[in-house]
Amino acid sequence: MPHIEVRDVSLTYDTPAGRVVGVAGASFDIEPAEFVCLVGPSGCGKSTLLNIIAGFLAPTAGALRIGGRPVTGRGMDRGIVFQDFAQLFPWRTALKNVAFGLEMKGIPKPERERIALEQLRLVKLEKFANAYPHHLSGGMQQRVAIARALAYDPSVLLMDEPFAALDALTRDDMQRLLVEVWQASRKTIVYVTHNVAEAVYLGDRVLVMTPHPGTVKCEVPITLGRPRDPLSVAFIDYQKELLRQLSRTTDPKG
Amino acid sequence: MQGVGSATASAPTARRLSVVRWHAFAATALPFVVVGAIWEIVAHLEIFPARLFPSLETIASAFVRLTVSGLLPQHAVDTVLRLVSGFALAAAVGVSIGIAMGRWRLAEDLSLPLVSMGAPIPGIAYAPLFLLWFGLGNVSTILLVGFVSAFPIIFNTWTGVKAVKEVWVRAALAMGADDRRLFHKVILPGALPHILTGLRLGLAQAWRILIGVEMLAAVPWGLGWMIFGAREFLNTDVMLAGIVVIGAIGLALEKLVFKRLEDFTVVRWGMMT
Amino acid sequence: MSALAERTRSLRRYATSLLLAAVVYEGLARSGAFAPALLPPLATVGRALIDGVLDGTLPAHALATLYRVLMGLALAIAIALPLGILMGRYRPIEGFFLPLASALMPIPSLAWVPLFILWFGLGNATAIGIVCYAAIFPMLINAWSGVRAVNPLWLRVANAMGAGERTLFWKVIVPGSLPFLLAGLRQAFLRAWIAVVGAEMLAASDWGLGWVIFDAKEFLKADVMLAALTVIGLIGFAFERLVFGALERLTVERWGMLRTGKG
Repeated sequence: MPHIEVRDVSLTYDTPAGRVVGVAGASFDIEPAEFVCLVGPSGCGKSTLLNIIAGFLAPTAGALRIGGRPVTGRGMDRGIVFQDFAQLFPWRTALKNVAFGLEMKGIPKPERERIALEQLRLVKLEKFANAYPHHLSGGMQQRVAIARALAYDPSVLLMDEPFAALDALTRDDMQRLLVEVWQASRKTIVYVTHNVAEAVYLGDRVLVMTPHPGTVKCEVPITLGRPRDPLSVAFIDYQKELLRQLSRTTDPKG
Repeated sequence: MQGVGSATASAPTARRLSVVRWHAFAATALPFVVVGAIWEIVAHLEIFPARLFPSLETIASAFVRLTVSGLLPQHAVDTVLRLVSGFALAAAVGVSIGIAMGRWRLAEDLSLPLVSMGAPIPGIAYAPLFLLWFGLGNVSTILLVGFVSAFPIIFNTWTGVKAVKEVWVRAALAMGADDRRLFHKVILPGALPHILTGLRLGLAQAWRILIGVEMLAAVPWGLGWMIFGAREFLNTDVMLAGIVVIGAIGLALEKLVFKRLEDFTVVRWGMMT
Repeated sequence: MSALAERTRSLRRYATSLLLAAVVYEGLARSGAFAPALLPPLATVGRALIDGVLDGTLPAHALATLYRVLMGLALAIAIALPLGILMGRYRPIEGFFLPLASALMPIPSLAWVPLFILWFGLGNATAIGIVCYAAIFPMLINAWSGVRAVNPLWLRVANAMGAGERTLFWKVIVPGSLPFLLAGLRQAFLRAWIAVVGAEMLAASDWGLGWVIFDAKEFLKADVMLAALTVIGLIGFAFERLVFGALERLTVERWGMLRTGKG
């Protein structure tokens, strides 16, 4: 059974300029422990779709199921990582940030600090457990954010362009780390990005989205072995394929 | 730095440090020395009558006299007690109203117009009204101080609650926080820098108005009353000694009271606004 | 929400809130729980206000107060603005005056009233002196901060384009520090207003809105007090909206430079 089932999900909203269709009839499945990337230009609705899966937005039409159960809002079966480094709570140390979800679950202090430390170890930041976020670099803060989203063991990890604000070198490191974390934890990941190379590096499958209205145009499965070499011919072929699909979406003749 | 060189290396470094510190101290002291010298010259030349322009020694001896007799400490303590009471009142009421305004639209809609209209009116303008309603003395003073210093507290607390970052709220909600826990664990700490700013401004405001109100409310003991009463006998030395104490307390309030709290919280968290 | 909708909403907010406050006040005033001299009904306050305006006393008092505020402010600006700018520009000047300013700042302006009364007597001179003292520090600190906050990048660019010292000063530093200068002006005005009311109450000078309020206490005339308070509030409000709002709109808002200084 697929882990996440998206059936004909649509979202329309009102603006001063009239009704806008943010997402129109998106339908796809995601298997357990699959790493799926949503790729598209700005305004194609990929972030909106992610927010719908996260439960922050309710679709105006269509159905969404996770683990066979319909989604009716937020839940602790999903973790989310935003693009903004400032998503960490500045008044809590890295450890206490990571422990937040566990605190909400009512887990007692020694237990949650143990789990939180393990999560930090997974992202290689156990030495900075007692540091405040403002002492950490952007990349480190995002790593803490990932640890925080995973700490309370959600089955799905949602990521909204988490590395877009980092410099290229840090981004490469983070992508490698993310793949390691994913392989170790076997979570289902839905990853939004506008960076085609990133999508090819990370995803088992890439869903291409088009704007006006936001729809899932096509799927490109990536069958490269891991770890992937961004300079290999096969990798670049996939990039070309995705770019072709993306440029076609802006062509009025389709 | 380890090894042979360290013993000899530390001595000149230590000396250099104390030289630098001495320079800094001298630089800060210089303007006061200059102004003090000018004051002394003017006082001793009796350009103005000695009664009106006392020399520094006269002021110092008045200070010593008042301290030793216990009068100055008594006045100071009474004033500070009024300050603390009035400010505590303002803090309790101000933070509550500010939070209510930040959380609930209705509270904001009702309070904001009143708060923004009341704020620019000088607090001391209400003094005679308060005196009329509550009589002379401590009660009026404390209430007035509380009333006036509440405004910056309300305003800044409200701003702080509204300025809590959306991304924190989202992240907390995604991690299962309910309304109550969201408030205690995210909104309050998130608004803390603004709340502390409001409290700091409120305290400064309270101090400024307290001295004036003490003069008007004719309280039996207090620094404001002390210097106001001194004019009857042309005791400018007492006045100036009092002014120095008032300034010193004001400085201490600014530098000490909130600095510690801020260092422990918003500075440590890198959240200075 | 559109700008028009936002403004009507805010207007409605003000109206409802004021109405509610007025109703509560009237309720208390007419309840008989308090003496009418202490808590006069709004009609009585209104009457006192109109009477005061019509027989010319309130406007005269308002003018006296305004005169003192503006004179004190002018004096404060004349001293603090050049000094602050020089402090921001030249380290030695900053080094000399900053400790002095920091020592004097925590002293409330009203603390000087008894001394000023002895030095300058009751009346205008004392009031203006207190206003000046109160207004100097916000102006000074903001002018100083403003000059220091001028983005050194702008100075470098202007220098690279051949600007000399004077051009640099008038065409880069002054406009660049304008947000702080305006913030300083606003704060100075607020402090000046507080100082003038207090000084008028204490330095019993026969004229001025502060004196009106204080005098009314002797005769238990709360209606006159509230009328005078209303006038004070209106003048403050008018200045805030008309003068400062306009200044800001014409300069820093137009240039997208809205910022504030401490002090």
